[in-house]
Amino acid sequence: MKQELICIVCPSGCRITVEDGQVTDNGCKRGEVYALKEVTNPTRVLTTTVRLTGAEPVRLPVKTERDIPKGLLFSAMRQLDAVTVAAPVRRGDVVLRDVCGTGVSVIACRDVG
Amino acid sequence: MRYDCIIIGGGVIGCATAYTLAHCQLRTLLVEAENDVAMGTTRANSAIVHAGYDAIPGSAMARTNIRGNELMEGLCRRLDVRFERIGSLVLGFSEDDLSTLKKLYERGVKNGVRGLALLDREQTLEKEPNLAANVTGSLYAPTTGIVDPWGLALAMAQVAARNGVEFAFSSPVTAITRKENGFFVTAGGQTYDTRTVVNAAGVYSDIIHGMIGGDSFHITPDRGAYYVLDKSQGKLVSHVIFQCPTEKGKGVLVSSTVHGNLIVGPDAVPQTDRTDVAATAESLDYIRRTALLSVPGINFRENIRNFAGIRARGTPDFIIGPSPVDPRFINLAGIQSPGLTAAPAIAQEAAAWLRMAGLKLEERDDFIDGRTHIEFRRQPREVQARMIRENPAYGRVICRCETITEGEILDALHAPLPPRTVDGVKRRCGTGMGRCQGGFCGPRVHEILARELGVAMWEIEKDRPGSQIALGETKEADV
Amino acid sequence: MRNVTIIGAGPAGLAAAIAARDAGAHVLLLERAKELGGILNQCIHNGFGLYRFREELTGPEYAGRFIDGLHDIDIRTDTMVLEISSGSVTAVNPKDGLFTVTSDAVILAMGCRERTCGAIGVPGDRPAGVFTAGAAQRYMNIEGLRIGKRAVILGSGDIGLIMARRMTLEGAEVAACVELMPYSSGLNRNIVQCLHDFDIPLYLSHTVTRIIGRSRLEAVEVAEVGPDRKPVPGTEFRIDCDTLLLSVGLIPENELTRAAGIAIDPHTNGPVVYDDMETTQKGVYACGNVVQVHDLVDFVSDEGERAGRAAASGQPEGAYTEVQPGSGVGYVVPQRIRHEGAEDTVTLFFRVRKPCRKGSLVVYDGEREVLRKKRLYMTPGEMEKLPISRELASTAETLTVTMEEDT
Repeated sequence: MKQELICIVCPSGCRITVEDGQVTDNGCKRGEVYALKEVTNPTRVLTTTVRLTGAEPVRLPVKTERDIPKGLLFSAMRQLDAVTVAAPVRRGDVVLRDVCGTGVSVIACRDVG
Repeated sequence: MRYDCIIIGGGVIGCATAYTLAHCQLRTLLVEAENDVAMGTTRANSAIVHAGYDAIPGSAMARTNIRGNELMEGLCRRLDVRFERIGSLVLGFSEDDLSTLKKLYERGVKNGVRGLALLDREQTLEKEPNLAANVTGSLYAPTTGIVDPWGLALAMAQVAARNGVEFAFSSPVTAITRKENGFFVTAGGQTYDTRTVVNAAGVYSDIIHGMIGGDSFHITPDRGAYYVLDKSQGKLVSHVIFQCPTEKGKGVLVSSTVHGNLIVGPDAVPQTDRTDVAATAESLDYIRRTALLSVPGINFRENIRNFAGIRARGTPDFIIGPSPVDPRFINLAGIQSPGLTAAPAIAQEAAAWLRMAGLKLEERDDFIDGRTHIEFRRQPREVQARMIRENPAYGRVICRCETITEGEILDALHAPLPPRTVDGVKRRCGTGMGRCQGGFCGPRVHEILARELGVAMWEIEKDRPGSQIALGETKEADV
Repeated sequence: MRNVTIIGAGPAGLAAAIAARDAGAHVLLLERAKELGGILNQCIHNGFGLYRFREELTGPEYAGRFIDGLHDIDIRTDTMVLEISSGSVTAVNPKDGLFTVTSDAVILAMGCRERTCGAIGVPGDRPAGVFTAGAAQRYMNIEGLRIGKRAVILGSGDIGLIMARRMTLEGAEVAACVELMPYSSGLNRNIVQCLHDFDIPLYLSHTVTRIIGRSRLEAVEVAEVGPDRKPVPGTEFRIDCDTLLLSVGLIPENELTRAAGIAIDPHTNGPVVYDDMETTQKGVYACGNVVQVHDLVDFVSDEGERAGRAAASGQPEGAYTEVQPGSGVGYVVPQRIRHEGAEDTVTLFFRVRKPCRKGSLVVYDGEREVLRKKRLYMTPGEMEKLPISRELASTAETLTVTMEEDT
């Protein structure tokens, strides 16, 4: 299968082609590594909010501590819909462990209270 | 429950009538289809108090324009509404134009306009150095003014409300039945009993008249679009700058507003739809090109808003008086320009017609006139300091472009006829009227409204019914 | 000890406050919001701080790192500055009322605002559901509100792209992103991770030509634009949507600056600054998006620190060389380089006018070329940085920065 993608390693934004594990049109080695990862196991850091009680802001910004498989972003969002955090909370506090069975924690991004 | 008078329509004409009738011992109700006053033509016009040289001598337009212009200054002073008599120039660029100006001058003199003068090129440019260099002369009218139209309508409505006039919003009139001692008026699902009706329904006034079988006039709505430019452009001209009138209208005007912005417009597009206030690309293009003929230095990149308004055209003159169908039904219809100027005079004439129809207009001895509208930004520093000491909410600036404080928003929410929408607050306080157009203060005004009205934020509307800004909370399972 | 008053506690003001304090000044930090951090609080996505912390922080985390360091600084939040004039700052808040502070230096760090629908003159109705991307971001991330079910984004600036992803993750559908220019003004990374990840189409060389809807937005009309960026008749199509987000540019917020009589550069819409971030008014400094709209917060913090240090020390006045944009370059900051200064090298910040895959940045002193640097992949969406020696600058009459495309 032939896949085309835009490289995000540097601002040049090469249009890289990947076909049967062969990377072409990449401008550099880093682009090849990026492209192979994107087509085999694309991952993203998820940033969103969760409900917050006991403080003036009603939402707490959170993120996955590490990147998680791209395909799990929506499942992770649905899982976080059910999470409510009570203030006070500190940056780095874990608000949800092992999101979607990835072993990755979701942590608070902000001090509140 | 029986009313002496029901006023249909809460635009500047209906509000002026309510204000006039509030002086008398009458039971009056104003019904308005929309959720606030000044939602139709009143909120989207040039905001000019005309001198009165345009109207045909002897017409209702001429009579009420001149009288309205005279009444406006005192009225605005009593009601703390911004009004400035800055004068106007009608520009001429050709021999034809100069003869038009001369005709306007003579007409104005006949109508009783004071202070009119025909100026030559040098005199014109001396008054307005930023005009196009090819101007050949102008008609100067020192009595022309600028006003805050929705502020005027609101102030008259508030004083009326404080003196007992009732207001029913979101109440479009769906039926009027004539009966022996008056009318049944059905509006917003309620049926009201009244001795008389004042039809001030703007572009809908012929439809309202039709409800009692009236067919003596028809409204052809037309639409005019505008630009409102940043205050950086507000001092480009110091008078209202008109172009020579043609059969298409009064041309495109350029003027500063009482808020310090520059207003440019309108065009005139006849249309069948009475609700369509979309500004089209063609309109905006035409206005920009035409305005630059008068004032070539306008920087349209400083535009902060475009809007369009609908005007009730189609009748050769204002229609002020009883319906041929029923003398107890007073039409105030076909009120196109200069209707804003004429409003106080039209209201007085409406009252006179109601008297003819049998209403006793006895003055109330407990009428409380006047209203104050405190704007934090216009106060001297020591007054500002005192205001915050007395009420700390004046120390929290919500709208940073216009320096509008939370205290002023709370004042509006606790005044008669309080706002229910974000734009209602905007019209009363000026929040979101500045260069960021509510980008920063919109959510904060929204929050204050929800808090003060005790409702969820997603229940708050921007303006008209169905104009919710938010749909609900995030993190809801149903999405 | 010098007194320094800082207006704004976003990334620029926070960095300036810490740097000024560290340089020995007594610092008063004024912030109009109830919380410190400015716009970073609503930028919950990651990607902040790659240069400064070698980490991909979220906006609140990035702000938090600075807020942690704010000891020994006077802070007044919920405070709006009404006026600055010759060293005096007049402000209000509900607690202290109206007050005026006089200090040795003032630092302007008010940030920028978004261009609106009116500013770009989109014809049509004025319904609810039309938001600047930043206002929408606040509604979603701070107020926790859902703002629409089906959105169109006008402009491919980074905030718009970030909001496309954010709305999608929160359950809305983003029907399209529409960009007037033939290229995106957002970072590739955002094009990939915010649009491609969610199959959101990007229409380049298109614009919204009409807003449709009386109460809440019902649809937008989109049309292709020609090389003159004007809509091509006959190419219009309708996209049903209840939300339109505008991500069409940012404008430095300089009303206070203008009112104070400080010179404004028409290219940046920000104050004219020296390399130490002093404006044309002695003792008044400026930093961050009030000076020029940045795309990376790291450089905002750098500018803040430069302003903070200079304000704390009080640079002597002296001779300077003017720097101006030439062909292919939109603006240059700083606009003036002092002949005497703490650093030997001054970095020029600017943007090129159009994308260029291969070219050179060339600096002239009058007609004479004094500096030439090759560059790959320049685009208006990414700020260019060009170090230049103070010695070279101080011997020049006027420096003109240009971009030359390789043919």
